[in-house]
Amino acid sequence: MAGAITIQSEKSFLRKVRQLNWGLMILICLVACIGFAALYSAAGGNFSPWASKQLIRFCVGAVIMIAIALTDIRFWYRLSWPCYIAGLVLLIAVEIMGHIGMGAQRWIDLGFMQLQPSEVMKIAVVMVLARYFHSATLEDMRSIRFLIVPCLIILTPVALVLLQPDLGTSLMIVMAGGAMFFIAGASLWIFGIAFAAAAASVPVTWHFLHDYQKQRVLTFLDPESDPLGSGYHITQSKIALGSGGMEGKGFLQGTQSHLNFLPEKQTDFIFTLWAEEWGLFGGLVLLGLFGLIFLYGLWIASRSRHHYGRYLALGLSVNFSLYVFINIAMVMGLIPVVGAPLPLVSYGGTAMLAVLVGFGLIMSCNVYRDSKVTRV
Amino acid sequence: MKKNQDSAKIFTRRSFVIGALQVSCLAVLGGRLAWLQVSQGARYKTLSDKNRINIKMLAPSRGQIVDRFGVPLAVNNQNFRVLIIPEQADDIPKSLRALQNFIEIEEEQIQKVLKQVSKTPKFVPVEIKDDLSWEDVARIEVNLPDLPGLSIGVGEIRAYPYGISTAHIVGYVSAVSKTEVHQDPVLTLPGFKIGKTGVEKRFDLDMRGKSGNAEVEVNVIGREVRELKRDASMTGKRVALTIDGELQRFSQNRLGQEKSASAVIMDAHTGAVYSLASSPSFDPNIFTKGLSAAMWEELLADPGHPLTNKAIAGQYPPGSTFKMVTAMAALEAGLITSHQTSFCPGHYEYGTDRFHCWKRGGHGTVNLIDALTQSCDVYFYEISTKVGIDKIAAMARKLGLGEKLDFDLKEERPGLIPDKGWKMGRFGEVWRPGETIVASIGQGYIQTTPLQLAVMTARLINGGYAVKPWMTGYVGDQLKVDPKWPKMDFNKWHLDLITKGMNRVVNHEKGTAHGSKIEESHMQMGGKTGTAQVRRITMKQRAEGVLNADLPWKSRHHALFVGYAPIHKPRYVCSVVVEHGGGGSSSAAPLARELLVEAQKRDPAATPLQVEKRA
Repeated sequence: MAGAITIQSEKSFLRKVRQLNWGLMILICLVACIGFAALYSAAGGNFSPWASKQLIRFCVGAVIMIAIALTDIRFWYRLSWPCYIAGLVLLIAVEIMGHIGMGAQRWIDLGFMQLQPSEVMKIAVVMVLARYFHSATLEDMRSIRFLIVPCLIILTPVALVLLQPDLGTSLMIVMAGGAMFFIAGASLWIFGIAFAAAAASVPVTWHFLHDYQKQRVLTFLDPESDPLGSGYHITQSKIALGSGGMEGKGFLQGTQSHLNFLPEKQTDFIFTLWAEEWGLFGGLVLLGLFGLIFLYGLWIASRSRHHYGRYLALGLSVNFSLYVFINIAMVMGLIPVVGAPLPLVSYGGTAMLAVLVGFGLIMSCNVYRDSKVTRV
Repeated sequence: MKKNQDSAKIFTRRSFVIGALQVSCLAVLGGRLAWLQVSQGARYKTLSDKNRINIKMLAPSRGQIVDRFGVPLAVNNQNFRVLIIPEQADDIPKSLRALQNFIEIEEEQIQKVLKQVSKTPKFVPVEIKDDLSWEDVARIEVNLPDLPGLSIGVGEIRAYPYGISTAHIVGYVSAVSKTEVHQDPVLTLPGFKIGKTGVEKRFDLDMRGKSGNAEVEVNVIGREVRELKRDASMTGKRVALTIDGELQRFSQNRLGQEKSASAVIMDAHTGAVYSLASSPSFDPNIFTKGLSAAMWEELLADPGHPLTNKAIAGQYPPGSTFKMVTAMAALEAGLITSHQTSFCPGHYEYGTDRFHCWKRGGHGTVNLIDALTQSCDVYFYEISTKVGIDKIAAMARKLGLGEKLDFDLKEERPGLIPDKGWKMGRFGEVWRPGETIVASIGQGYIQTTPLQLAVMTARLINGGYAVKPWMTGYVGDQLKVDPKWPKMDFNKWHLDLITKGMNRVVNHEKGTAHGSKIEESHMQMGGKTGTAQVRRITMKQRAEGVLNADLPWKSRHHALFVGYAPIHKPRYVCSVVVEHGGGGSSSAAPLARELLVEAQKRDPAATPLQVEKRA
């Protein structure tokens, strides 16, 4: 049933702007400001080299976010598959570049920034799945045959990302995809089978893991066994967090980070720096802000009148929360070190841009929640 | 339509589940954070401090060693070093070359520095040269702007102002050896030095002081960021000796005129040692800077044994200086009187053996005073056969011979006073009477140290008080010795007889040391000469009249003298041993004369020891 997307009600530009989620934007800005403060501290009380650059990136990203939010959702609906295909091509491109001697890379240098295809893929998978499930009926969701395609949609990029190798991102794509299966109404027993299959594949996966990845897992299981080796990061991170105590050591006073005991303090371990200086209070504030952002995403999803918007907003929101959980759980020693940044806070251009693009799409779901999205 | 509603219902329900999951994940993270920061906070706080705080030991200053007047014998001098801090130098080789324009540095040292720089972190200073002169320091300081990365550091180095004169007493410090390191953590400090000999060793712990601590904050590569806390170190205690530095220098210089000699000047009543000299000596200042192997070999090979303190560790037959012991043993045993005489024909027959007097032709008829004055051997041969070795040995020990005297220096040796029991134990043989005859004039098995001879002399002329020698007055504010010595049960009349004999040795025209008589009446000395055979003179040599001076140096007799002054009110006793010096009267007595005159001129006994005043 091929047809055009019909427009139910045209909105004026001003109305659209008013429809933007200013509350969500304030929350995002607050988290980003915590990031600037932490980066300012990480540089020993200097805007350079991190905080100033991060601020510029955020501003650029915020403009892009708003632009995306104001773009008609149907445009994104139509762009789902092209985005996904482009993501796949990019993934294959980095893979091939790695093979023809440019070294194992996860990004493509665009000159002004480094594009990580896996970041593109995290969003594209959600877009494509949202589109695929958009017109699905409950009966469709119960049929295995219908679900083969979305399974392939998830597993193809996961396989490519695993080759990079980037276990963390692979797991994130799988989990975000799984969440979309779940909300679209897939039967619970399908998840049972998936879990069983995943559990059964653990020994196989272990076999294919690189040595450094195995080491990370082993170290995670007993970080103190090798405090100066690979357990060093986690041990020092826990010391930094713990020594921060209830009130923290004070802004710019974090000894662990300023004396460089804490590695990667401006990227992966930025949460540690923040919580060392601001204590439990600061840590909980940041967690709380993240929590509000998650719920905001769910609220937007629930307001959408069309499936595409619901699935897209929820999938992207889950995606964002996975970033947060993985990073913070890692720095607290709850999961192995996977090398994932804390969204909006860690220093780094690609992740910042990817997250803001994601929020742009979520907001677009809100602005165009009443649009009638019909299957092409 | 219904289906759509179902789908929406499922969506709503399941998105609640997702939201709940997200919130519970956040709760888990929050809980974990609270657990780390609150329950485990104290533990991690400690770990974090352990990370960032280094305890740095601060080396204490070593206590001084001073003489009885407070004149320093061992001090800590500032030692200037030029260092390079690699991270502050743009071009390290260039800076080093530039430095060569101002001070002399060997090419080899430059290479060593460059190698060291490549091995250590960039902020660790590397020493280029130490022990710089003031001129060098000034030249570098002025030109520092042209020497990027260089700086001047100040350390302490032990110095001995009296150099070779006090080397044997004061000793020296040098680097801690591997076996010593475990004793005290302060020993692990780079450049820390400990006493190896002499007073430096004996009171090492007292002088070492207490190390201080500084808590410094360090970053992950160990660079010091700032100092958090400082407990200053405590300087070690000062050691004040009874030695008179200038008298010591005089004595050492005088002994230096001989090939190998030693001398002790001591207080007859208190036992305080004013000078303890042994020659040849060595310069302890070289030891503190690290001695080259060649120099060490040279010191070891020197036949004069410069490293040995012969005044306390040199063991010599006392020769005729022992005759007072034999005489006292006979007097106290009631076997002779002052009037009793013997006839000396120049030799003494005992059984089939013949024992010679040093004077061919003999001394004729002599009483005790004459025998001491002229050092007649035959007189003592004769009385010794009556007294027997055991009584002589007992008297010798009573007078301080044959045993260590608890002197302050560990290098002290006991000497040897033989008796019947000793010989049986040592050789499993009975004592032969002929051996008593040899022992009566201080030959044979008998071995004594110059220090013991000085003590013997003191006990004879101080009224029979059992003085012991000591050299350490105050360690810090604590007086080490209370010089109140017990009076021994000698008959005063007997002691006076001996003293009279010793007086005559010098001041009677027939005395063996008459040539060394002190003309100034208030300084006159008494004493006793001794000439100790190193080897037996054969009958053939005696017949041929071989003179001692014709023998090779190593075979010549030792020359000894024990003396005291002034005779009217004895204060200073002195013993002198000139190794292979020929005769006691010809080489030892003149030396002792000079020492006793100098001692009386300086009169160190008139100045009491001074306690350390701490700020």
